Amino acid sequence: MRNLKLIIKREYLARVRNKTFVIMTFLSPVIMVGMIMLIAYLTSLNNDEEKIIGVHDVTNMVFDELQDQKNTVYLNLSDLELTTAIDSVDKKEYYGLLYIPAGKTDEEIARHIEFFAQEAPSNFFLSDLEQKISNVLTDRKLESTGVNLATIDNAKAKVNIKMENFSGEATSKMASYVKMFFGGAAGYLLMMFIIIYGNMVMRSVIEEKTNRIIEIIISSVKPIQLMLGKILGTSFAGITQFVIWIIFGSILLFSVTAIFGIESTSIQGEAAANSVNPDEIQLLVNDVLQLPLASIIVAFLVYFIGGYFLYSSIYAAIGAAVDSETDTQQFMFPVILPLMLGIYVGFFSVVENPHGIVATIFSYIPLTSPIVMLMRIPFGVAWWEVLISLGILFASVFLVIWMAAKIYRVGILMYGKKPTYKELFKWLKY
Amino acid sequence: MKNLLVAQNVSKSYGDYKAINNLSIEVPEQSIFGLLGPNGAGKTTFIRIINQITMPDTGKVLLDGQLLQPSDVQHIGYLPEERGLYKSMKVGEQVLYLAQLKGLSKKEATSRLKYWFDRLEIGDWWNKKIQELSKGMAQKIQFIVTVIHQPKLLIFDEPFSGFDPVNANLIKDQILQLKEDGATILFSTHRMESVEELCDYMALIHKSNKMLDGKVADIKKDFRSNTYQVGISPRQRNEMLENLNQHFEVTPAHYHSIHEDVKLHIKIPENSSANDLLHHLITLGQVNHFVEVVPSVNDIFIKTVGQHA
Repeated sequence: MRNLKLIIKREYLARVRNKTFVIMTFLSPVIMVGMIMLIAYLTSLNNDEEKIIGVHDVTNMVFDELQDQKNTVYLNLSDLELTTAIDSVDKKEYYGLLYIPAGKTDEEIARHIEFFAQEAPSNFFLSDLEQKISNVLTDRKLESTGVNLATIDNAKAKVNIKMENFSGEATSKMASYVKMFFGGAAGYLLMMFIIIYGNMVMRSVIEEKTNRIIEIIISSVKPIQLMLGKILGTSFAGITQFVIWIIFGSILLFSVTAIFGIESTSIQGEAAANSVNPDEIQLLVNDVLQLPLASIIVAFLVYFIGGYFLYSSIYAAIGAAVDSETDTQQFMFPVILPLMLGIYVGFFSVVENPHGIVATIFSYIPLTSPIVMLMRIPFGVAWWEVLISLGILFASVFLVIWMAAKIYRVGILMYGKKPTYKELFKWLKY
Repeated sequence: MKNLLVAQNVSKSYGDYKAINNLSIEVPEQSIFGLLGPNGAGKTTFIRIINQITMPDTGKVLLDGQLLQPSDVQHIGYLPEERGLYKSMKVGEQVLYLAQLKGLSKKEATSRLKYWFDRLEIGDWWNKKIQELSKGMAQKIQFIVTVIHQPKLLIFDEPFSGFDPVNANLIKDQILQLKEDGATILFSTHRMESVEELCDYMALIHKSNKMLDGKVADIKKDFRSNTYQVGISPRQRNEMLENLNQHFEVTPAHYHSIHEDVKLHIKIPENSSANDLLHHLITLGQVNHFVEVVPSVNDIFIKTVGQHA
């Protein structure tokens, strides 16, 4: 135990004092915040651009319905000839020209409406325009068949289905997005963590081999102690980095938003104003609060421990089997594959049907379960399912650590040749 | 004399390959024991078994009369053939870490390290990183790491390979000094000169098997061939050669001498002694050179290995 502590301490200090580690620890939040700022800036830039749209409305009934919006202004060019209007829009570099031709029936009009523009307008913009014109034409048709519009307006029932789960708590339609977001973020984070710190473990094993210090160390301690010490020490370094990222990153984000006065709420606010009423926002907050946050955090920790140990011991075994980092390629692919698979299953299968057969199976397979189960948990998973999945995971963690330790024990003393899978299998029996 | 290390019928196989076959040796306390053999003979495997890096398939190893325990690592100092240190770690920190892994307290390790810095006349390298040191300097640190916990048993695997001549000499002196201080030293090599110089005992391993072992002097006695190297200026050259050929096995010898002698190797029969030969020679001429041909470890090695090739 004393030796394990010594090894953990050394590994931790070696990681933390590493220049690249220090730089990455402090640079990453800066880059991340910078990116967020840049995206926010670019988005606002895009939104600020004013669109002037000429309207050549022969029927003279649509233009009145087109109201100027924040970034969109409509100009009535109906008095000009169509060709002149097009020319003038082109010369003045307006966004485009909406042409509504004359027609005998509304159907005919509707079929021949055109939009002239230098560049193809966005789908979003077009569908918005289509909706507006369609409203106008629909109203006209209703009127022409003698229906009182006011009656219709009164008769319209505003429907907004309120969802409730069986225990009677109200949820909003956003709930599944919230769940998806939390689950996805947790799963993705876990994968990143495993890859980054697993690689660190592997590199440190290779370093000991190339330094030729390994034999001196294992004449004092058991190889499995060294391996576990490495994995634990690196995980502590990772946690340190993570905590610094979160603290430093949020301080940075807050101070930058404060200094540059970018309202981080403005975008969300707009979105909320457009489509969601205040009740909905309240529900959204409720959704987040009603998520099994405590169990998500606990699950994240438990699955992180399991997944990290599972993968980093594989990484350690790979490091022991090879002489240099360039030789690791052939072994890396099979390690990355299940991680990617987990993410894809998570993003496609779980989102579509969190309790479907595919999602369920992958949340039991130990190599993918940490990611897939984490994505499923926000949707509510029966405790016994989690228990089975954890049972399988930790049983395989012990099995894999045992196997990795065997490969590690033999591998660290092997120099010169790149082993094949067959040889690795043979090492298990030494 | 008490044996510090005893190996009994130790065998180890890797798959179909037999690395050591039924090896038994006894290393007396406070002696220098040379483990000799060509590359791939199984020396390193055996040393790793003593260090409990590998476990033997069969047989047992006793240290101080007790079966080898995991805690025994603190009584063993090991300088492996493949050796190195953490390049980006500072000297002081690194040696303390490795010494603590051997069971020393931090305080004890610190004072011992200072002692060794003085003993090897190393300046203040405490805060230097290994990568800033020259290779020779790093080798000294490596040596300190091996001996800092005052082990009863020191194991050196090819200690002089990779060391420059100055450091090799320094290490040799230190090894002799450590023996004086009470340590027992096992070292493995395929360099025969160092065995000749340092070892009290030796074992010869070839193709996983022990060929012979014992006191170096005894082994040499066993390998003596009753042959003498003789330089003589004869009164009658042809007569003398004829005479000698009748009584002994005579072959020409080559060595440097200031005399213009006839140089011969003369092998005497089992039952006669050096004096008999000398008496005989004196009657034939002026004897300027007379020395017994003692087999070198190298000769013994080549002869033994040659017999089993």
